[in-house]
Amino acid sequence: MLVSVLVFAQVISAAGPAPSTGGPFPDITLPVPDNPAQKEYLGLKGKGSFRLSQIKAGLLIIEIFSMYCPYCQKEAPNVNELHRLISSREDIKDKIKIIGIGAGNTPLEIDVFRKKYDIEFPLFSDETFSAHAATGGVRTPYFFVIRTKTGEPGVIVYANVGSIEDPQQFLDLIIKKSTLE
Amino acid sequence: MRYKRFLSSSFPAFLFTFFFLSAITYGASEQFKGKIYDTGTLKPVDSRTRLKAGMQAPSFTLPSITGEKISLADYRGEKNVVISFVPAAWTPVCSDQWPGYNLLKDVFDKNNAVFLGVSVDNLPTLHAWTKEMGDLWFPVLSDFWPHGAVAKKYGVLRSNGVSERALFIIDKKGIIRYVDVHDINKRPPLEALVRELEKLNK
Repeated sequence: MLVSVLVFAQVISAAGPAPSTGGPFPDITLPVPDNPAQKEYLGLKGKGSFRLSQIKAGLLIIEIFSMYCPYCQKEAPNVNELHRLISSREDIKDKIKIIGIGAGNTPLEIDVFRKKYDIEFPLFSDETFSAHAATGGVRTPYFFVIRTKTGEPGVIVYANVGSIEDPQQFLDLIIKKSTLE
Repeated sequence: MRYKRFLSSSFPAFLFTFFFLSAITYGASEQFKGKIYDTGTLKPVDSRTRLKAGMQAPSFTLPSITGEKISLADYRGEKNVVISFVPAAWTPVCSDQWPGYNLLKDVFDKNNAVFLGVSVDNLPTLHAWTKEMGDLWFPVLSDFWPHGAVAKKYGVLRSNGVSERALFIIDKKGIIRYVDVHDINKRPPLEALVRELEKLNK
């Protein structure tokens, strides 16, 4: 009984406040995707796990979502449109990447979400809520945009709960905020 | 002596737990914003069902939020039935459970199964709550009156009048094929449900 309470307290306390704009983003570890196209998209090699700071991008958009979250379901086509806008622009497509982290979602749950909405960018299962806790246990969907540096934690240029609203305006906004251009 | 030691060592842990519980809801959708009542962490299971795979499923008829009455017998010889009891509307884990099943219509269709969502809440509450989830393709049934009668029949009514978070899979002959009375604080992983559904057709 006592042990379970203590363990539980530790798990819960792992989720601090959500990282905010201007601050560092936790350099969390994720499994290397099996899909070769997604591996190439992120600039990763080999198998096993990787850290966010190994992703080849100037800007990384991270969506914390859940297959079970109705808001995330409604937002999915919008994020797909953002991905399409970025991929269609030669000048930024190698510099801005998107990943999704499924808070508490199992691999099958991630797969259902990906197939349902035809999502091309990589989605990761976070079955134990560990990445979710490391990023402040935020409500979903939550969007972080981080300016990445190889081998170092990224710097947060955007952090917000809820929809990205208009994908084109969102893209313009994060480019401006990150002074990528 | 032992009791005293237990108290002194566990009290800070309790404080710690309650402090952080108020600050975080695991995996909560922004859809429900401030509308979710924080139940805190509950006793994982607070009932004992005598139902097991291989037994005849208890019959029932319940009103649905769309106005029709639904009976388990309606599906006899036609469809496999998945019954999902959730404890209560507007609570943390439940609010992020049925919206997921809402993406799975093709999985249920493929396995010749229907999904029935059941809660002890009354119809108006269930109407308002499920509206937040978008358009649900499956019936949502109210086990409000006589209060929790079906949950009780299935052995999943908790001592405070809500039901367990439980899944029952019933085949076309009305025989129970799978029972999962889950830890109320956690969402059952989809893997188990899909695996059991696929078994029905073997």
